[in-house]
Formats: sequence, structure tokens, C-alpha cells
Amino acid sequence: MNIRATLTIYKFEMSRFRRTIFQSLVAPIITTSLYFVVFGAAIGSKIESINGVSYGSFIVPGLIMLYLMTESINNAAFGIYFPKFTGSIFEVLSAPVSALEATVGYVGAAASKSTIIGLMIFFTSNFFVTHNIKYPLIMAIFIALTSISFSLFGFIIGIWAQNWERLSIIPTLLVTPLVFLGGSFYSIDMLPQFWQQVSLFNPVFYLISGFRWSFFGNSEIPIEISLLAITVFMTLCLLIIGLIFKTGYRLRT
Amino acid sequence: MNNLISVSNLSKSFGSEDALSNVSLDIKRGEIFALLGPNGAGKTTLISCICGLTTQTAGNIRINNYDTISNFRETRKLIGLVPQELPFDSFESVYNTCQFSRGLFGMTPNDVYIKEVLKSLSLLEKKDLQIFGLSGGMKRRLLIAKALSHEPKILFLDEPTAGVDVALRKDLWELISNLKKKGVTIILTTHYIEEAEQLADRVGIINSGKLVLVKDKADLMQEFNKKSTIITLRKKMQRLSKELKDSNISLIESGNKIKYISANGESNNLQSILNYLSKKKINYSEINTVNNSLEDIFLELIEKNEH
Repeated sequence: MNIRATLTIYKFEMSRFRRTIFQSLVAPIITTSLYFVVFGAAIGSKIESINGVSYGSFIVPGLIMLYLMTESINNAAFGIYFPKFTGSIFEVLSAPVSALEATVGYVGAAASKSTIIGLMIFFTSNFFVTHNIKYPLIMAIFIALTSISFSLFGFIIGIWAQNWERLSIIPTLLVTPLVFLGGSFYSIDMLPQFWQQVSLFNPVFYLISGFRWSFFGNSEIPIEISLLAITVFMTLCLLIIGLIFKTGYRLRT
Repeated sequence: MNNLISVSNLSKSFGSEDALSNVSLDIKRGEIFALLGPNGAGKTTLISCICGLTTQTAGNIRINNYDTISNFRETRKLIGLVPQELPFDSFESVYNTCQFSRGLFGMTPNDVYIKEVLKSLSLLEKKDLQIFGLSGGMKRRLLIAKALSHEPKILFLDEPTAGVDVALRKDLWELISNLKKKGVTIILTTHYIEEAEQLADRVGIINSGKLVLVKDKADLMQEFNKKSTIITLRKKMQRLSKELKDSNISLIESGNKIKYISANGESNNLQSILNYLSKKKINYSEINTVNNSLEDIFLELIEKNEH
């Protein structure tokens, strides 16, 4: 194992994060604060509590998941796409680094960055609502599984993308709508029956629901199904990445 | 001198296009090998296959007796690669990017060694600068520094002096010679035949994905040893007279000059030309004789290969 290579890639990616720490952290914090002002105070005050939870507290898990997913995808996709774009990926491909070592380096860094952002959002939310997290360990597991699996997904997008437009098309046109429609800001019980059924086909719904369970001890679907959904998603991403490195798809000619 | 790299029956196709066809080549330990060929001949594809950037369609490559696919860790750790383009993460500093390259090869950071490499390439004062602040020539040198960061035994230089000024080119030649003295095996592709002539121990010529020739440079120069004599006439000549009809004699530059190519020291024809000019009272202002360069040999071989 070339563990030093993995650490080198990881540190290199994290140093990029440090270089842009202001925009990386301040932007989500400001946006989160705005969400709380608009949804928590302005609109939330007009909404009754959901399953015994105030609306301001209800949206916290959804907000954290929104950032975890989008930041994981964006960071991992950019992390691998940028060296492909500049051509500097040749260094990693010609070094004694296995597919697993490279993936752990890039995906690990992307997952770390999104986890830091997720935690910053959690701490920011404490200024607006009070939390009493029921299952902190499950919460930590959900954060880890979500950031890793969505970073793996972003890694796949970064390898697949051949231009900047393609790099952003899946996060913008697919992931963001799925996150918003996955119950980030509402309970699906608030939807008409037809749309409740449609929501069950949205994989993100299972993750948000499971994550919310770790906060409040209740959710729309059983926690086991949520954990199964994220595990299946992660396994699928790992299989695709394995195939990419085996065939050299869009990496080696 | 034993073989460090052995390429056997290597082929690479991109769709229906053959980039390399059945190439076999041995690179000796400690030599400088120059790979020459026109654009699209397959030079970069061959290097990419050896370095693991391109997967071969057929054949195998062994480095230090290890297969480049099944023992990729053993083979790649020996190699430093300087690509043709200038691919960088421009926001990284000169020093950090070298340590990054070193780390990828599983080596612990070595401040002294990295600074030594940067110093040998006149980059030490720039070590804290971000890469985008460097000139083109400095970036070229930085690529070499990065390739040397993990102390490789083999260095691939793909067009190392493309687009650099004469002074820097000479500096790089000196650096390459010094690396050879330290025992590094160097494989370089170049468009500057002068570069191969100056540096190489052996020369390989590749065209249309096929290795046309591999020879010791000295043997090659000897075998194709020819001289070109150019006689500049004071008055334009319309055509060559019957007495000068010979495949080695031609009129060039619209009849203003006579070119005569002699092989292996033969000079009878030159005497005949001068006698003829004297007899016909045709004045000339200058006679220049130059040895055939590697470039002439290269062009001749490529031309023969294409016919």
C-alpha cells in the first residue's frame, strides 16, 4: 500500500480548501442564517409544529443534508476534474498509486470538507434554535455515510465530465431538485397523497428522513430503510469507480 | 551495459487507427536515448505506454525486469516523466508542488533534496511563488524539478526544450548531461535534431507508429556520412549541362547555386564541376562545404520509409 500517496493527495486537496476557506465556510453560514430568518422566523412562525417539533428545528437536518450532499458532490467532482482539465492528472496516473489509494485520497478530502461545512451549519443553527439530539451516534454515522457516498458520486461525475458544463449539470439539474423535493423543508405528510407516493421514489428522501430520525427519534420511514438506502447507494458508487479504474474510462487512453 | 527497459512487440490502436505497430526496443542502463520522429509518429504514445498513461493493445513492457502492468509499483517508482505540455495546478507553490510529486511516489518529504533540485534548476529563489507567477521557461524547469523530486532512475523528457530560448536550452542540455553522469537513464523525444546530436548515445527513429531504425549515434553519423558542397554562381545557370549530369549534382535556388553531395570523402565529381566551370568561364563567388547533419539523415530515412 502506498499510504503516503493517499495522504499526499488528501493534504493537497485540503490545502486547496484552506486557500479558499473564507468562501468555503462563510457562504454556507450566511445562506443558512438566511434560511433560518426566512423559514424559521418569518414563515416558520406561521406553521404549526411538525410531529411535536418546531418548524425552525425541523428544517435543521434537511439543511445540513442539503449542504452535505451538494458540497460532497461539488468538492469531489472538482477535485478530480480540475487536474484532468489542466492535464496534471498525469502525475497521479504515472505514479505507483492504485485506484483505491487515489480514490481514498480524493474522496476522503471531499468528504472531510463537506463534513466540516455540515458541522458549521449545525453550529450556526444553534444561534437560532435549540437542539436536543436524541441519537448523536446515528447522526455521526449518517453524516459520515452521506458525505462519503456523495463524494464518491461526485468523483464519478468529475471523471465523466469532459467540460465545465457537464461538471455542473448533474448537481444542478438532478441533485438539488431531489434534495429540495426530498423533504428538506417539509414533512411529506404535508403533501397531497399523489405526491407522497412520488416522494417515495426519491432516494434522497430516505436519507433526510433517517437523518431527521437521529435528531428527533421519529421520521416518516423506518431508520433501517434509510441506512439500507445509503449503503446501497455507496456500494453502487464503489462498483462504478472500480469499473472506471479497471477500464481506464476517461482517465487513461 | 544491460537493458533497463525492454519493449516487445508493442502495439496501440485508437479505434481503427494504429498509433504503434509491433514496436520492439531495448533501452540500456545509463544511456541517453533520443527518439526522433515527425508529428504524430507515435513518440508520445510510446512514452505514455511505458509510463502507464496509455494501455497497450498488444505486447509487453518490462522495466528492470518487472512487467509494467502486473508490477506497476516496481516499474513506476523508477520513472520520472516530463510531459510535452505544461500541466500544473497554478495556485500551488513551487516548493509544495515538488513535495506533492515526491509524496505520490511514497517518499517522505525531504527539504534538503527538494531545495537542491530547485537550486540546480535555478528555481530556489522562486520556491514560495505560486506557479502562475512563473515564466514559461521557469515552468518548463519546474516540470523537470517535479519529475526529479522522487529521485528517479529513469527520466522521460518529452520535447523538453520546446519553446524555450537558446540559453535555457543549453542549460537544460547541461543538466541532462549531469544526470547521465549520476547514472540516470534518459529517454528524450525531440524535434531539435541538434539536441539529439549533442546529447544522445543512441538514436531511434519512429514514423507512422513503426520503429524505422535504432542505432548508435556515432555509427549512424558514420554510415550516412555525406558532405554537401554548395557553389554560388555569379551568373544564373538555366540548366545543368550534359557533362554535369549526375544524381548527386543539382541546380538549386533558381539556378544560382550548384549543390553537390559527396559520400565518404569522394571528391572526383567536385573536381569535374570546378574544371567545367573554369572551362566555360563561369565565375563563382563562394564554395561552402558542410557535413551531413543528423537532421539530413533523419529526413532521408523518413523519406525512404514513406516510399
